[in-house]
Amino acid sequence: MRFGVVRFPGSCDEVDALLACRRFGDAEVVWHRERDLHAVDAVILPGGFSYGDYLRVGAIARFSPVMEAVTDFARSGGPVLGICNGFQVLCEAGLLPGALLPNTGLRFLCRQVDVRVANPDTPFTRACARDERLSLPVKHGAGRFYAPDGALDELEANGQIALRYAEGHNPNGSVRDAAGVSNEAGNVLGLMPHPEHATDGLTGSTDGGKLFGSVVEHAVERAAVAA
Amino acid sequence: MSEVAAPARHRELGLTDAEYDLIVDRLGGEPNDVELAVFSLMWSEHCGYKHSRRLLGRLPTQGEHVVMGPGENAGAVDVGDGLVVAFKVESHNHPSAVEPFQGAATGVGGILRDVFAIGARPIAVLDSLRFGELDSKRSRYLMNGAVAGIGHYGNSIGVATVGGEILFGEPYESNCLVNAMCVGIASRERLVRSAAAGAGNLVVLLGALTGRDGIGGASVLASAELGADSASKRPSVQIGDPFEEKKLLECCLELLEHGLLESLQDLGAAGLSSSASEMASKGGVGIDLDVARVPRREPGMEAFEVMVSESQERMLCVVEPGRLDAVRAVCDEWDVRCTAVGAVTDTGRLRVLEEGEPVGDMPVEALVDDCPLYDLAPERPSEPVYAAPRARLEAGADLAETLLDLLRSENIASKRWAFEQYDGLVGSRTVRRPGAADAAVLHLGHDGASGAIAVSIDGNGRRVACDPYVGAVEAVLECARNLACVGAEPLGLTNCLNFGNPEKPHIAWQLEQAVDGLADGCRAIRVPVVGGNVSLYNEGGGGPIYPTPVVGMVGRVPDPASLPEAGFVEDGHAIALLGPFRPALAGSELEARRGKMAPGLPEVDLGAHARALEAARAAVRAGALATAHDVSDGGLGCALAESCLVHGVGARVDVDELVARLGQREDEADELDAALFGESPGGIVVAGPHDVVEQLIAGLSTDTAVILGETGGERLVIETGATARLALEVAAAREAFEHGVADHFS
Repeated sequence: MRFGVVRFPGSCDEVDALLACRRFGDAEVVWHRERDLHAVDAVILPGGFSYGDYLRVGAIARFSPVMEAVTDFARSGGPVLGICNGFQVLCEAGLLPGALLPNTGLRFLCRQVDVRVANPDTPFTRACARDERLSLPVKHGAGRFYAPDGALDELEANGQIALRYAEGHNPNGSVRDAAGVSNEAGNVLGLMPHPEHATDGLTGSTDGGKLFGSVVEHAVERAAVAA
Repeated sequence: MSEVAAPARHRELGLTDAEYDLIVDRLGGEPNDVELAVFSLMWSEHCGYKHSRRLLGRLPTQGEHVVMGPGENAGAVDVGDGLVVAFKVESHNHPSAVEPFQGAATGVGGILRDVFAIGARPIAVLDSLRFGELDSKRSRYLMNGAVAGIGHYGNSIGVATVGGEILFGEPYESNCLVNAMCVGIASRERLVRSAAAGAGNLVVLLGALTGRDGIGGASVLASAELGADSASKRPSVQIGDPFEEKKLLECCLELLEHGLLESLQDLGAAGLSSSASEMASKGGVGIDLDVARVPRREPGMEAFEVMVSESQERMLCVVEPGRLDAVRAVCDEWDVRCTAVGAVTDTGRLRVLEEGEPVGDMPVEALVDDCPLYDLAPERPSEPVYAAPRARLEAGADLAETLLDLLRSENIASKRWAFEQYDGLVGSRTVRRPGAADAAVLHLGHDGASGAIAVSIDGNGRRVACDPYVGAVEAVLECARNLACVGAEPLGLTNCLNFGNPEKPHIAWQLEQAVDGLADGCRAIRVPVVGGNVSLYNEGGGGPIYPTPVVGMVGRVPDPASLPEAGFVEDGHAIALLGPFRPALAGSELEARRGKMAPGLPEVDLGAHARALEAARAAVRAGALATAHDVSDGGLGCALAESCLVHGVGARVDVDELVARLGQREDEADELDAALFGESPGGIVVAGPHDVVEQLIAGLSTDTAVILGETGGERLVIETGATARLALEVAAAREAFEHGVADHFS
């Protein structure tokens, strides 16, 4: 099982993601100019400020050469996890619904929050119980998930709002407390909280490990099916 | 000679007539525009340290862990396992007072470059900020902008902002302080120096385009007092681009990893002039620069403008000609501009060319070493320099009201509003986040080392104003105490000396006293000064700032897994007070709240403090304490309340023994005020299981260790003997502490 962590110019948490992945499997960095994903089993788009987040968060990174390969990988059912800026890039690339707007407080916010697992049947949450509470840090200035009401109803009906901020923990004004949103097939997930910063007891909670562990379970199963 | 012809131009650039004459003498003729511009910056206070260099010689710089000392871009200490930690603090005060967002942002950008210029990867930023009081709109504007600017730059570049301090006082109203400290890590053999070497080697400029921003910033902003026209200096403030610096940072570290650079230097104050001269001076060589080759942001720039531009996100390096293609390849991968703009020579001169034609020619030695140094004329002021702060607290307040007032006061209240705007986690090294302990703790596991480092930054200008010598000693001790609370042994110190105009005798006296205090404090606890920065002329319309030496320290923590926290963790733990703590109201926050400020602070027994720090460190390292929290602003009462409110764990304590330690006073109220809210270096509140704390106390003298009481309940109750003196709901304490600063911005 091998993770590929995409590195854009301006990525900041790619090493953190790499370290977290390596607690659960192998992992390598994929440079944004690559057009080939080196046959990895799962792709992580990490946090940071790709291209300085100039113009609009995630708006430039989606045009990086690697995104074509990521799109193909996602379309073929491969698991793609976008964390923070990675979530923003996935929305800009059209691989996830909705958009991420500036926090209602209009300030960057770094704090530990609780999220609840609303859908445990995704490749990223299968190791969690429904409604399980996870303690994860957020750190972003533009994390307010937004989609029109009609679209939100559909997302909820499909179980695409996989993670919600626990009551009183929504740090950014996201609609319906959406903290993590998947595509319809469930194999692409974006979330604003940082599971990679919650895998080592020395530096905080270890709840984020559940997401990485889930991806490994899923990838192993997927490989077995393919074989 | 110059009496007749001396053009006023040199005075506009901040040079005295005598300095101008010296330049004419060194050049053997009148300087042209390029030469005059370069000299005016190199001989400014900011670059030449002409009023402080002699004093700084008093600071101890030798120590067993020192790898790089003052003079390099940053200091560096050995932390074992083949690793060094590089660190430095620098001010960006005047730019931040003029334009707080960009001023603070570029302050962070500049200190990051200093650290990666020596080949270290920046892993942490800490900030020490001072503003006027928060009921002033201007102070809120400055703080809002500076905090956002620090966050913008640090967050975007992916370096964790892990700590810092923010204090307030009227003297900072027009002249705020923004000091940023960066900490980096490198393997020892990867360190690179800035000395240029090898005639014929290329001088290569990396990074951003050069524009007219920040022209003359070092002399115009950093080396003169702020006046009413400061807003018109806004164009002298540089604009930061953290994305450009992120690429530059990764690119430089990769170039060094491949061994492609002979030397590396950041472009800071005075831009190319300063970087090229410093590199040439350190290497004992000359440098030719062709300004026509420097990529420009705007057309029509004069040669002198290119030489002194302070455009950000640029580095200068020396490359062997045969390696230029390899350097270019790495730069292309990172989309970093790379231009050969000159060459190393053996002439010992900085020659400025424009399309090959000389437009300036100066001896490097004259630029770097011949800047005249001035002796200060210190004189102890006979009158108070500062007005007493405005009274905020009514005289009749009881102890509980007093404690709540202090917890809500902006100097003591939580700075969560600020530090939540900073990414303190990136890098996955942060063991103790802001607010969780007195010092930030970063583990080195990803860097192939065991253990962790602890970092802290401290300085209380108001106390230094009361007594510059003792106040500076206290800054060193407080920083070391914060480190001791996480079991860290200090390895090295960096400092930023923020003072008013040193040409005034009373400011010179403050500066001299404070430097002596720093020197004695460092010697007593055997911590060498490995670098620093001086920011003088911090005066606005209201007079000078409080003298504010800011001290940053890095220490080594052997085992980050068993560290205590700053807060009480559970009920039933014994609470004790460690250290030679002799609280007095002089210079305290309580006195300030009451509108009082008198000269003089109690003397400090340095030997006793050094021993107590060692004892506290050993106690923490033993690994069984649950809580360790430094007693500082607001005294023991505030320290206890702060420990209670972290996890909502109350406490019942008896301060009878502490009161007895202070000796008999005439007035009982005064006695209790001093015990609960008086300030002094040396105190650490610890808590843990009874047997652990009792065993610890048994091994220490009663002068430096007393049992105070026990954790538990939902209130903080303070007694003397059988008499309850103060009882406060922890929830009320938290409410005051959390809202004191935040409410000013809601």
